[in-house]
Amino acid sequence: MDRAAETALARQLLSGTTGAFDRFVQHFRSKIFNYSWLMCGQREDAEEVAQETLLRVFERFAELRDPERVRPWVFRIAKNACLTKRRRSLFAPSANEEISLDSLMPARNGEGGAMKLEIADWSHVPEDQAMRSQMQREMRRAIGELPEIYRAVILLRDVEELTTGETAQILDVTEDVVKTRLHRARLAVRKDLDARLRGVLVEAK
Amino acid sequence: MSASGQCREVFALLSQYLDVELPPDACGAIEEHIKDCPPCIEFTESLKKTIALCRQYSPGEIPPELNEQSRAELERAYRRMLASR
Repeated sequence: MDRAAETALARQLLSGTTGAFDRFVQHFRSKIFNYSWLMCGQREDAEEVAQETLLRVFERFAELRDPERVRPWVFRIAKNACLTKRRRSLFAPSANEEISLDSLMPARNGEGGAMKLEIADWSHVPEDQAMRSQMQREMRRAIGELPEIYRAVILLRDVEELTTGETAQILDVTEDVVKTRLHRARLAVRKDLDARLRGVLVEAK
Repeated sequence: MSASGQCREVFALLSQYLDVELPPDACGAIEEHIKDCPPCIEFTESLKKTIALCRQYSPGEIPPELNEQSRAELERAYRRMLASR
């Protein structure tokens, strides 16, 4: 469901249209569950965060001034629910380390990773289900291993395709911080894929 | 400035360049450098590919089915919100 369809659904929800409630729950519960699982690290926590988020969403839905902003609005509530969950957890993941830009820069002589990324782009091999599944697993692992501050940004900006401004509002940081973290997150994922997949998946022609 | 110094500057700004979030003069300077720098061309392509992979990544984990009690809790909140408008 794209942003326009979500906006239409949000309007239907506000006007009490039959079926809008269940469609909204089904769509956003899955989104929040996946985001929270990657942010909290536990499947059980993600299920609880999804329920707590949706509860807050329905309680406050009349406060959503602009239905076009329903996706960032829901994700802001989800982010806060994740934080609350983490604070209650005895096993909260460790604090955030910064990733330096230098550590992500490949050497020109090939040491420290290549300039090229010699892996298949799965958009070009839609018929190869096994490769697509492997790439999905590798992406999940690569994003999951990022420090939390980078993981949040790449999930909101690239996976959920929210804007820089929307992501900054959700995370309570400036747009410049979002840009810096997004770049480092992408570079870290790139380096990870390069190291793990080079030679495993060769460009399919 | 040395070529590698310019490469480093390009490297630092590449996501903003690809996201079209840089001012035109900075964009122009990057394009000017990249066109004559094969390592930067390769690196830019590899970052583009990474971004495409991130965008195509759809976390497809299916949450456990919503039980009747949880659904009822959500629907009560929804009905209350509608009634209070």
